[in-house]
Amino acid sequence: MGFQGIGASVRRKEDVRFLSGKGNYTDDINRPGQLYAYIKRSDRPHAKINGINVAAASAAPGVVRVFVGGDMAAEGIGGLPCGWQIHSKDGSPMAEPPHPVIAVGKVRHVGDPVAVVIAESKQEAKDAAELIEVDYTDLPAVANLTDAVAAGAPEVHDGVAGNICYDWVIGDKAVVDGVFASAAKIVKLDLTNNRLVPNAMEPRAAIGDFDTSSGDFTLYTTSQNPHVIRLLMGAFVLHIPENKLRVVAPDVGGGFGSKIYHYAEEAIVTWAAGKVRRPVKWTAERSESFMSDAHGRDHVSTAEMALDNEGHFLGLRITTLANMGAYLSTFAPCVPTYLYATLLAGVYKTPVIYCNVKAVFTNTVPVDAYRGAGRPEATYLLERLVDVIAHDTGIDKVELRRKNFIPADAFPYQTPVALQYDSGDYQTTLKVALKTADWDGFEARRTAAKANGKLRGIGISTYLEACGIAPSAVVGSLGARAGLYEVAEIRVHPTGSVTVFTGTHSHGQGHETTLAQLVVSQLGVPFDQVEVVHGDTAKIPFGMGTYGSRSLAVGGSAMVKAMDKVIAKGKKIAAHLMEASVEDIEFKDNTFTVAGTDKSKTLTDISLAAYVPHNYPIEELEPGLDETAFYDPKNFTFPGGCHIAEVEIDPETGVVEMVNFTAVDDVGRVVNPMIVEGQVQGGVAQGIGQALLESAIYDPSGQLLSGSYMDYTMPRADNIPPMSVATENTMCTHNPLGSKGCGEVGAIGSPPAVINAVVDALKDYGVRHLDMPATGSKLWSIIQAARPRMAAE
Amino acid sequence: MPQVTLTVNGKQHTVEVEGRTLLVELLREKLGLTGTHIGCDTSQCGACVVHVDGISVKSCTQLALQADGANVTTIEGLAAADGTLHPMQEMFREHHALQCGFCTPGMVMSAIDLVQSHPEGLSEKEIREGLEGNLCRCTGYHNIVKAIAAAHPLMHAKAAE
Ligand code: FES
Ligand code: FES
Repeated sequence: MGFQGIGASVRRKEDVRFLSGKGNYTDDINRPGQLYAYIKRSDRPHAKINGINVAAASAAPGVVRVFVGGDMAAEGIGGLPCGWQIHSKDGSPMAEPPHPVIAVGKVRHVGDPVAVVIAESKQEAKDAAELIEVDYTDLPAVANLTDAVAAGAPEVHDGVAGNICYDWVIGDKAVVDGVFASAAKIVKLDLTNNRLVPNAMEPRAAIGDFDTSSGDFTLYTTSQNPHVIRLLMGAFVLHIPENKLRVVAPDVGGGFGSKIYHYAEEAIVTWAAGKVRRPVKWTAERSESFMSDAHGRDHVSTAEMALDNEGHFLGLRITTLANMGAYLSTFAPCVPTYLYATLLAGVYKTPVIYCNVKAVFTNTVPVDAYRGAGRPEATYLLERLVDVIAHDTGIDKVELRRKNFIPADAFPYQTPVALQYDSGDYQTTLKVALKTADWDGFEARRTAAKANGKLRGIGISTYLEACGIAPSAVVGSLGARAGLYEVAEIRVHPTGSVTVFTGTHSHGQGHETTLAQLVVSQLGVPFDQVEVVHGDTAKIPFGMGTYGSRSLAVGGSAMVKAMDKVIAKGKKIAAHLMEASVEDIEFKDNTFTVAGTDKSKTLTDISLAAYVPHNYPIEELEPGLDETAFYDPKNFTFPGGCHIAEVEIDPETGVVEMVNFTAVDDVGRVVNPMIVEGQVQGGVAQGIGQALLESAIYDPSGQLLSGSYMDYTMPRADNIPPMSVATENTMCTHNPLGSKGCGEVGAIGSPPAVINAVVDALKDYGVRHLDMPATGSKLWSIIQAARPRMAAE
Repeated sequence: MPQVTLTVNGKQHTVEVEGRTLLVELLREKLGLTGTHIGCDTSQCGACVVHVDGISVKSCTQLALQADGANVTTIEGLAAADGTLHPMQEMFREHHALQCGFCTPGMVMSAIDLVQSHPEGLSEKEIREGLEGNLCRCTGYHNIVKAIAAAHPLMHAKAAE
């Protein structure tokens, strides 16, 4: 069996269940007497609702009830809340227009719910929804950012002038402008960050259940954070006290951020279950996922760097438009501000930075955090800009990065954009990645490819992210309406086995395995005697859930704290049993020893004494061995590293083949290397998807053109290269594990590496920049357009 | 309502279905075999792959009635009665070829057919191309490809026994 503690690539506990079809995903759950909900959604981007005729639908076979927005409004149910408030540069709070659970008066994006049919079967609900007649008057709509901020653009919400949600800044504009005024050189780049659909493979689902005897509600839902949903839905939407509402997030088939938010369907099934007094189940069809799951990214930016003659970065000036979609999703406002602009120093010692972000409403699906959330946008902008600086100045792109890196001896390092980095070593991750990718041998590979008629390019990205969110007081001062601590309960059972109750949630990350490894290392309990429980508000103290690569850095730290309490109490019990003083008791490898003697007691001896307290210091100590800890992080954590992509383009088709990908990341303490590698590989594939394939496309009128897998290109196995993934770690200095987080690094570091490689491959074609995704047709057009010029030269 | 009689994981069932009921709906809703998943509505994700008469099939593309008389194997039917995993399941676990597990049943069923139909061996490129019909959002495919390559000799050695 071997070592199974921190640092071992233990095979996952959860796998046998998933591999034998015994997973328990929300749609696998059926409650006795269950009904089915089908949601009638707007097919209009923007329209006034003149009336909804539900008579035929209500009379259709199997239909129990049909509800429209007015039915909820009549009961005083307002809208879905937003969890983060941003203030504009003039001090005014962001525009926060109502987000009705079911549309009232107007629809504002394709997919906006307009009615819900509750029926005995899914098919009957769906058939009846076809019979609902909605009388609309179409209104002018706007889908893309530049259109939405243009003078005279249609207004998504009455009273939100110019569609601006907020106009926010960070940094001192006058100071930065001063640096630009005297700089030897300024390099400017306009770029977009393409809109993405997260596309977890499990579509969202929700079951509302109402217990007619107790009056209690239960919601089963595909969520990354069941307590957050209970708080938001119970307190702010349906007004159900938390003691009467249980939220269960069972096995969840991927999230990537898209399952953080409180969605309309959760409130609909819970409320409807109370109305019809039977369980109500809803499962998204994939086409509904496309038009109702929060999308990601969608920025348009202009970036400028001021430089001296040697290529040192002197100042960075950025303006960004960020698409919010039609309504504010739960955490949307913080993504393009505190998860984006505060990351703009990256790994560089740029002394002054100014960034202006305008968040903009459009007639599109709400946009919120998607794997990386703000940090991929910052990284893409910086790492493209650095390559463009190299292009414009002729300075070698590796050299340019090296000379601007924050040195390894400069930590803790205060950036000009609020964050203080605790640790990192960017020269080392760069060095190792260059060697692994055989950077120096690349020109020979380029020449060989050319002989085969292919254009080969190599691209690098040296990135940093902030995760392990986050100190509650800090995020509170920045507008968060929640704390971002995490909870853990360590229950040592009478015979010494352990159940861990964690407020984090696993939807692919393998917590049942890695969190058990922490117990193996700290308490010495065998791996197979540790059980990890998550995802049920009835079992777990109040936890904040999993996102922002926080589970180990924050949730794992809470476990360490709770286990410290177990050990401290155990020492007191051991001291009593062995008639020694507490100070003399040592704990190691599952055993309490009196220092300097051979007297010892196992953890099981102690737990048995704690639960059967016959010989026990009962005057001073409560029975039992069950400890809970809440851990509020002291700072963000700062993973970083270097990604290198190598591509070959077929000039006849424009198609990019990924030939190599190297990632060398600094994620702090690694608990399970196998799982870390898997997280990075998955993130990189999503990043390659963004760079080469994926794009959520709206036509100018607001129709979603990429609304299914027919039109939205997901990365498949043959789009992704074999990857070389490794870590070179420095420890986080402010949490007890030293872990930083690994869930998002892949999606953050990789897109600019890929685009830098594509641009490098096209360097003879006069390409300075191109926007993602670098599809075959886009590159083919660029190549075709350049050919006459190249022939003439 | 019309009836369909089929064998699933070695057990015969006769079930009433609507004409429009899909095979995947029959498996999940009528037989409670929820290991087979639904990930899309355009027959592209492969989460629903099962074996019908030994061949991998997207069970969302077949009507339940078309399976009349068929012999169907789902993910629940792969392991031996004593719980011993199929070599493909074992290699998925060994090589960390699954994260959230949602694509996994379809991925495993496709992979088994792919390996079975290529006794001569499979290159990495052939494995990747063979997985065209299966989407995974979690793993980046790297470890899935490794697991399938590792299962190939095990499965063919077993077949030769
Ligand atoms: S559910 Fe069958 S291919 Fe997606
Ligand atoms: S393991 Fe999650 S989709 Fe493949």
